[in-house]
Formats: sequence, structure tokens, C-alpha cells
Amino acid sequence: MSSSDTYNYQVVKQFAVMTVVWGVVGMLVGVLIAAQMAWPLLNFDIPWLTFGRLRPLHTNAVIFAFGGSALFATSYYVVQRTCGVRLISDKLAAFTFWGWQLVIVSAAITLPLGITTSKEYAELEWPIDVLITIVWVAYAVVFFGTIAIRKVQHIYVANWFFGGFILTIALLHVVNSAAIPVSFWKSYSVFAGVQDAMVQWWYGHNAVGFFLTAGFLGIMYYFIPKQAERPIYSYRLSVVHFWALAFTYIWAGPHHLHYTALPDWAQSLGMVFSLILLAPSWGGMINGIMTLSGAWEKLRTDPILKFLIVSVSFYGMSTFEGPMMSIKTVNALSHYTDWTIGHVHSGALGWVGFISIGAMYYLIPRLFNRELYSLKLVETHFWIATIGIVLYITAMWISGIMQGLMWRAVDPDGTLTYSFVESVQAMHPYYVIRFLGGLLYLTGMLMMAYNIARTIAGHASVRAVAPSPA
Amino acid sequence: MAVVTFHAVWTVVLFVIFIGIVLWAWSSKRKKRFDEAARLPLDDDEEKLERKNG
Repeated sequence: MSSSDTYNYQVVKQFAVMTVVWGVVGMLVGVLIAAQMAWPLLNFDIPWLTFGRLRPLHTNAVIFAFGGSALFATSYYVVQRTCGVRLISDKLAAFTFWGWQLVIVSAAITLPLGITTSKEYAELEWPIDVLITIVWVAYAVVFFGTIAIRKVQHIYVANWFFGGFILTIALLHVVNSAAIPVSFWKSYSVFAGVQDAMVQWWYGHNAVGFFLTAGFLGIMYYFIPKQAERPIYSYRLSVVHFWALAFTYIWAGPHHLHYTALPDWAQSLGMVFSLILLAPSWGGMINGIMTLSGAWEKLRTDPILKFLIVSVSFYGMSTFEGPMMSIKTVNALSHYTDWTIGHVHSGALGWVGFISIGAMYYLIPRLFNRELYSLKLVETHFWIATIGIVLYITAMWISGIMQGLMWRAVDPDGTLTYSFVESVQAMHPYYVIRFLGGLLYLTGMLMMAYNIARTIAGHASVRAVAPSPA
Repeated sequence: MAVVTFHAVWTVVLFVIFIGIVLWAWSSKRKKRFDEAARLPLDDDEEKLERKNG
């Protein structure tokens, strides 16, 4: 019996292919708005193409469409493989696929039209929020239902991370999206003032912590051991990693609201917990990278492993940078500047992007029973994307620190040294560099799309034991 | 005041639970089980499935 009969690979295939498709779309929008920052003419005076409307489209597309599809694909694959059992319901799994695609398409239509709740990373209006909730409940039923009927007694650590991600996102989404509709496309949050801000960043930071971190750590804990053909460096560390993240991430949100109307003690609490987070984050990073201990030479020849391991290095970098930026005195300089954008993208392009890309290069040939079209192209993709990230984040670091310093510079007579527009002018060259970095990353993604398309259309793998009916 | 006390106690309870988890994970009794668990993703290969079923 071949495993494609045992397991539901259909839904994994669908999500895996859409990961690549939405990756290209989301990053294309990102490159366009990066170009608009450098050359504002590029909004063509068309309201639908203005930065304010396309920026949430970019973030929703890369986080929830690209990242979300990668998480659905990998979690469905991993839970089946490590539980030794088929998904509990094929119909419900198919529903999560089509439901999630409908959410994405609705976002792509409503956001350019200017329909938004204005909550960052939760811009979608209430009818779409209701749809997200229904799809998410179905996802939870499929995932936890499959764990409930598992044939392997132990629940592998990757599933704990996926499960934590699914549960927490459900909670965050329902609380932060609580709103009173006044018409079909307009609603108002049930929270007001500083409470609204705190709920928003409790959501916002934990979306980073549980969507963009815990979920992708689930990918790390399965796909790095698979690709390296070695068990995870320390299993007990992975257990502590999970619980330490679960106990501390949830407190860190206030660091988004330093020096605001939020009570001072809450700001300090957020800062302290953000600093504590460094420990589990680095524990996890070491665990991922040390899995290669004794087999480092594999990194030289295997570009898929390069994606996965460099991804974890970026995870380590951005989880070091994050706690540093949450320190109030550092935040006084960095907040509202491009430094934040650089930080987010070292996590997004480096960690989330690379681990998803690596996992898809591993997964898609196996799912479709094909030989990967070109490993050389994967290698080129890796280097182009890495250079892209380095250009992107260094440009934003320089631009951000310069911005912060220019904003706070004061003449002896107490007046500001620079007007705001002078700081904007000084940022221009870095915006051009950021655009080039993003363009390189997008180019890599297009290479991947080509490579994957040729793979799927290509010859059956020699690895195949029996042709899969799929 | 009652709410503040509740939260303070709750935080301490969570902290103690976490310390408990760390001790549990590092206990040598867990070693063998964890070593087996760590091999879970590697032991699910198609070829091995074939062997087991065939």
C-alpha cells in the first residue's frame, strides 16, 4: 500500500501549490509599494493603488495567504505522517482549503476598495472575519480530530506547535475582531481608547508569536530533521521551548505601545517579558541548528537544507533584535522608524519565508511523486533571496536609525534641527536599495514558481515505489 | 484588590507549573521515551512503511 492511499495528500498538494502562488502575488505587491515609497508617482493617482490600501493587501497576502497556506499544507502533512493516520475528514479538509481561498480573494477585493477596520493585521471587515472563524473552527476540528484518532501514542513536538498555533489564533481572532456592525461593510470595535490599543497589540504581537513563530517552528521541528536525516538535537529542549513560548509570548504585546497612553507598568511588563523571550527563542534556534551537528557538510551540497538552516539563523537574529528593540530607551529611538520595518522583514523574509520555501521544495516533489526539476535553480534561488534580504534589512537599519536620530535632534535654542521632510529626503536612497532587495527576493520566488511548475509537469520520480493514483 | 491578588497568585501558579514542566522534561526517566519520540519523523518513511506492511 503506498502512502498516497493512506494519507490525504490532495489537500496538502492544493495548499502547497497555493503557497507558491500567493507568495509570488504577495511579494509582487510588496515590491510595488516599496517602489511607491521611492517613487510616489507609481500610485498613478488611482485610489485603489495607493500605498494605504495596498500595504494591508501586501501584509495580508504574505502572512495569511502565503504563510497561512504553508502552515495548512505542512500541518496537514505532518499530523498525518507523525500520527500514522489519515485526516479525520476529507470533506472538512477540502472545506478549509476552499474557505481559506475565499477569505484571501475577499481580502484582495475589499482592501483595495478601502474597506478596512483599520486594525493592523486584522483589517478585514466583519463578514470576512466571520468566514475566517468558521474556516478556523473546521481547521481545528480536522487537526485535533486527526490527533484524537492517531495510531502513534506519542504526539510529536511539531504537532504541539501547530496545535498551539491553531488554538491561540482562534482566541486572538475572536477577541480582537469583536465588533458591532453598522452596515454590511462597516463595523466598530467593541473596545475603545487605550483598551482597544492594548487588545489590538495583544492580538498583533501574538499573531507574530503564534502564527509567524509557533506555526513555523512546527515546520522546523519536522522538516529540518527530515531533510538532515537526523533526529532533533534535543527533544527535551523542544518540549521546554514549546511551553516557555506559550507562557511568555502572550505578555509581550505592550512593547508596541511604549510611551503611549498605556499605563507605564504595563509598558514595563511588556518589555520585561519581551526580554525573557530571548531565552526560549534562542533555545529553539540552537535546537534547530544543532540538529546538523556532526553532519555540517550537508549544508555545502544541499540547497534545501541551506534554506531551512539559514531560516533558523534569521529566527535567532530577529528574536535577538526584537527584545533589544522592546527596551524602552532603545524603542524611544526605533519606534515609528524604518528600523521596525527592517526587523519585521528579517523575520518575515528570512525566517518565515525561508522555512516555508525550504519545506515546499522538500514537500512538493514528494507529494506529486516527481523528481525536483532543478536543484541548481534552488541554489540560485537561495543566493538571490539571501542577497535580497541583506540589502533589504541593512537599508532599513541605516534608514531607521538615521530617521530616529534626525527626529530627536534639537538645536541649542530648543527647536528641532530637521523638518520632517528633510528626514524623508534623506531616506530616499535607502528606499531605492530596499526596493532592489525586495525585487531580488521576488525574482527568487519567480524562479521557484518556474521550478515547481516544471517539477509538477515533469517525469515521475524514480523514488516512487508504485505510481500514485492521486 | 481581589482581582489583583487573583492575578498575582495565578502568575505564581503558572510559574510553578512551568518549573514543573522543565523538571519533568529533564528527568532521566523521560530520556528513553524522548529518544524514541525524536525518531518519529524519520521512521515514517515510505520505504519503511512498505516493509512493515509488506
